[in-house]
Amino acid sequence: MSDLQALETEITAAIEAAGDMAALEAVRVASLGKKGSVSALMKSLGGMSPDERKEMGPKLNGLKQTIGEAIAARTQGLRNAELEARLAEEKIDVTLPIRPESQGTIHPVSQVWDEVVQIFADLGFSVAEGPHIETDFYNFEALNIPPEHPARQEHDTFYFNPRDDGSRMVLRTHTSPVQIRTMETEEPPIRIIAPGRTYRCDSDQTHTPMFHQVEGLVIDETTHLGHLKWCLEEFCKAFFEVDEVKMRFRASHFPFTEPSMEIDIGCSWEGGQVKIGTGDDWLEILGSGMVHPKVISASGLDPEKYQGFAFGMGIDRIAMLKYGIPDLRAFFEADLRWLRHYGFSAFDVPELAGGLSR
Amino acid sequence: MKFTLSWLKDYLDTDATLDDITAALNDVGLEVEEVENLSETLGAFTVAKVKEARQHPDADRLRVCDVETANGMVQVVCGAPNARTGMTGIFAPPGTHIPGTGVDLAVGVIRGVESAGMLCSEREMMLSDEHDGIIDLEGDWAIGTPAVDALGLDDPVIDIAITPNRPDALGIYGIARDLAARGLGTLKPLEVTPVPGSYTSPIDVKLTFDDATKDACPLFCGRYIKGVKNGPSPEWLQRRLTALGLRPISALVDVTNYLTYAYARPVHVFDADKVAGNIQPRLARDGEKMLALDGKEYELDSSVTVIADDNGPDAVGGIIGGELSGCTAGTKNVFVELAYFDPIRTATTGRKLGIISDARYRNERGIDPAFTPVGAEIATQMIMDFCGGEPSELITAGAIPDTSRSYTLRTDRVETLGGVKVELQEQKRILEDLGFSVKQVEPGLVCSVPPWRPDVLGEADLVEEITRIVGLDNVPNAPMTRPNAVARPVLTRLQKRTIAARRTLAGRGLNEAVTWSFLPEDQAKLFGGGGEPVKLANPISTELSDMRPSLLPNLITAVGRNNDRGFADVALFEIGQAYLGDRPEDETVRAAGVRRGNTGPRHWEGTVRPVDVFDAKADALAALAAAGAPVQSLQVVAGAPDWFHPGRSGTCQLGPQNQMAHFGELHPRVLDALDVKGPLVGFEIVLNKIPEPKGKGGAARAAMNVSDLQAVTRDFAFVIDTGVEADKIVRAAKGAEKQLITNVAVFDLFEGAAAGGALGEGKKSLAIEITLQPRDKTMTDEEIDAVAAKVVANVEKATGGMLRG
Repeated sequence: MSDLQALETEITAAIEAAGDMAALEAVRVASLGKKGSVSALMKSLGGMSPDERKEMGPKLNGLKQTIGEAIAARTQGLRNAELEARLAEEKIDVTLPIRPESQGTIHPVSQVWDEVVQIFADLGFSVAEGPHIETDFYNFEALNIPPEHPARQEHDTFYFNPRDDGSRMVLRTHTSPVQIRTMETEEPPIRIIAPGRTYRCDSDQTHTPMFHQVEGLVIDETTHLGHLKWCLEEFCKAFFEVDEVKMRFRASHFPFTEPSMEIDIGCSWEGGQVKIGTGDDWLEILGSGMVHPKVISASGLDPEKYQGFAFGMGIDRIAMLKYGIPDLRAFFEADLRWLRHYGFSAFDVPELAGGLSR
Repeated sequence: MKFTLSWLKDYLDTDATLDDITAALNDVGLEVEEVENLSETLGAFTVAKVKEARQHPDADRLRVCDVETANGMVQVVCGAPNARTGMTGIFAPPGTHIPGTGVDLAVGVIRGVESAGMLCSEREMMLSDEHDGIIDLEGDWAIGTPAVDALGLDDPVIDIAITPNRPDALGIYGIARDLAARGLGTLKPLEVTPVPGSYTSPIDVKLTFDDATKDACPLFCGRYIKGVKNGPSPEWLQRRLTALGLRPISALVDVTNYLTYAYARPVHVFDADKVAGNIQPRLARDGEKMLALDGKEYELDSSVTVIADDNGPDAVGGIIGGELSGCTAGTKNVFVELAYFDPIRTATTGRKLGIISDARYRNERGIDPAFTPVGAEIATQMIMDFCGGEPSELITAGAIPDTSRSYTLRTDRVETLGGVKVELQEQKRILEDLGFSVKQVEPGLVCSVPPWRPDVLGEADLVEEITRIVGLDNVPNAPMTRPNAVARPVLTRLQKRTIAARRTLAGRGLNEAVTWSFLPEDQAKLFGGGGEPVKLANPISTELSDMRPSLLPNLITAVGRNNDRGFADVALFEIGQAYLGDRPEDETVRAAGVRRGNTGPRHWEGTVRPVDVFDAKADALAALAAAGAPVQSLQVVAGAPDWFHPGRSGTCQLGPQNQMAHFGELHPRVLDALDVKGPLVGFEIVLNKIPEPKGKGGAARAAMNVSDLQAVTRDFAFVIDTGVEADKIVRAAKGAEKQLITNVAVFDLFEGAAAGGALGEGKKSLAIEITLQPRDKTMTDEEIDAVAAKVVANVEKATGGMLRG
């Protein structure tokens, strides 16, 4: 074995034996460094004859390269080992729980408000609102409910104390005053819905002194009862997200509509939950009719020229039906358990393209 | 309004089934609330005969009966004292549901003797409270006859809801008329023969009203019948009244109830011997009193119509009779009264006196005035049939008020308003069947309204009559036109703001609540409310007496209730109205939220902390930004209304005249008053106060203007008096070089006792980082130093502080 081979064996063994980067660096300096064994041999080339040089040159270069490669390989190996060791040390318990994030919720009344608006907006209805503290005129008289009308007694009205002029304000008992306010200020054709809080002096298992209604009003020159039926049936299909819905239209009476009708929706009860659209039971969901000529004229429009329909339904009620919420009173108790259970995510924004509910 | 099927068939000639009838009633607007068909619920109960009843071997009070039933001989153990050999009773076999006890019958062994069924009392069948013994049938009934037949209960009872516009349907005859028009049979004409009187009534009637009040009672029909014998009314009548839930009293009283329910015609019968002098329908005198048939004494006033005699009021007109002139078992001579009373006055009186009666219910909705004399003849005839007696001539004081009126129903109006095409002849038939007299003329039908329909006041009402009889299910659905091919946006800016604020707050982890618009007076006052105009005159309770001046109090008490349920960490918000007065402009739409407890549950990393003012401030600013408020130009200043902590609260405003939001820790005294354990932080935004956005709008964004040059940051710490607000330093720093300084961030605050020690009494230190964004060329060190010097100078000048060495 030549000296060169012996040297190569010695140095590569030293490289393999280097346990860390410092040891490896020492081997590199001892071989390839300025005063290293291989560098010394390289320097000796200058004193050789051309023939010797021709033979030794490539051999020495080969040695230098082999050692360089061995050092590079050992460097990589040491680095990998170092990283593995660090990673092993960095291990943590990923089964630990995440930092708490509180989940907010949207109240069912707001969610259903958004759903109802989506549907009617598509039919060209805008959203009107009105004050909750109303005058007798807007809440009753303009709606064809004179003071002595028996319907007034059925309204269980909240009153405020009389003013100096004898008039007294009321808490609106329905959203219908918005009909009058809209007709007073807008030119037909009119298509609006008016959702909002309403109040009746009534409190028991199924009644709360405050609840939510949505009013609908269409006024133009041609809209008739057939349009009303269509509109409500399309609404019910869209809202309850069913292809067909069984509906029953019953003649009824409201002072502000003529003809008037109440609408029941077919349903069935399965395991205490109501299923909307089919079945042999009926649930009353809204009242409606053609706007009474007296209401149109009280709003300053000509009843000989204009006609149209109006309807009103309970937002809380349709929310209960759609989402299987059993108790109306719980809507207003702000019980966190209820809000979390029946509430909606902030990102569940109802829209027609993706469906109103998830 | 209840009626029985057989009673209906007195007036309606029909083969229709019960189901057909209830479906038709619903269609025509007489909503069926309940059908009670005992033939169905009591189907298992049948007639049986007790062949032998013998003493139970081991029980003194029990008998063992061999009962012959439809299914052969059965042994029954019976505890009724009247169980005896040879009696006929009602038997229920094992498996029958006993409505009176709620139990399903099973074969049992009673004191060692098997019993396979039950002999029933009326209470067990829920027919009455009678439970002294088992039913003991008279007469010869075949074994197995349905119990309802033997007991005369085979008549279904239908309960319908009558809308206030249909007084005519408060009588069964009126219901029959609607059904006949609907095509369910033929209305039988009323055949009423006037009863001839043989003498002049010894009691005369004089309407005593002045011109202004003569509408109170424009018509009074009366008749004296002498020599009557009052007693129980016939069984058929008692059965009908019982089925309707009325208690049969005596023939004279039962007749009045019969007319009320059959023809919606209230009648009153006076004991003529207790009437002093003549009868005077008149207005009561203020303070006059009357003991009524309900046993209560009522104080009357001059708005009340009474039927009076020489001694005073004998009845409140159209509402209730007087106790002193009422009929009893011993009544021998009677005076029958049928009058027409003004509906409005009747309603007002009824409300004022708080009397609910079948008569008031009908009179205040408007009975048929023209039927008054007809009803008088029917009543007379019935009294004579049941009680004998000799009638006087009929007294008629006043006249039938004129209700005649007619309206033209244009030929196409049913179609253009009602949406359904009905042939003209069919329209005419329907209206005539409902009692209108109809003349066909050029534009359509001239319809004169029958006196029993006070609700029909125009053409639209005629359309309603046609559509309800045709059935609304037969009105074809007609699609509405789309105003635009693709629907246009419809929400107002405030509505969009409301939605955006709501979803933002929920996204920040708050739960949306909907709380009452009212609250107790003391709570209203704590939050700047409680004013007279927003106080309810008739609150449902003192807890809900005032309109809320702010959304915060109800949210705070809701937090308290949740604490009581064991939730320490609560974050609630609400968006809704608050009311500072009773005018529309006093009503504002607000978004408010409250937080209590920690930012989250305890965590292994220990990252939770108690919520503080800056959580409320963050909520407020996020909701304001979502709602489109100009957050960049908003000032946040210290201080908020009284219900906040005076040193830990702030206001977001665009100048002192336009305050949009308050936030902060709630005042401990307010929390004490609301009985809620703090600390609590909260905010309230008035969404109406956010100004309309400036600029021309449009969806396009402004051109993006960013520099490729690297931004430079520099840090400064200032020593300032403790009272100096951070915002002052930030603004002063920013103002040093408005174009170049793009951001100023506060990154350190050193305050408190330690700071006082290190920096001097009454001092604190605040550190800021400023960002310089060069636009044209990289800044040199000299340029940066120049800006830094300006920042220091500006801050020192504005705050009186100095750069911390």
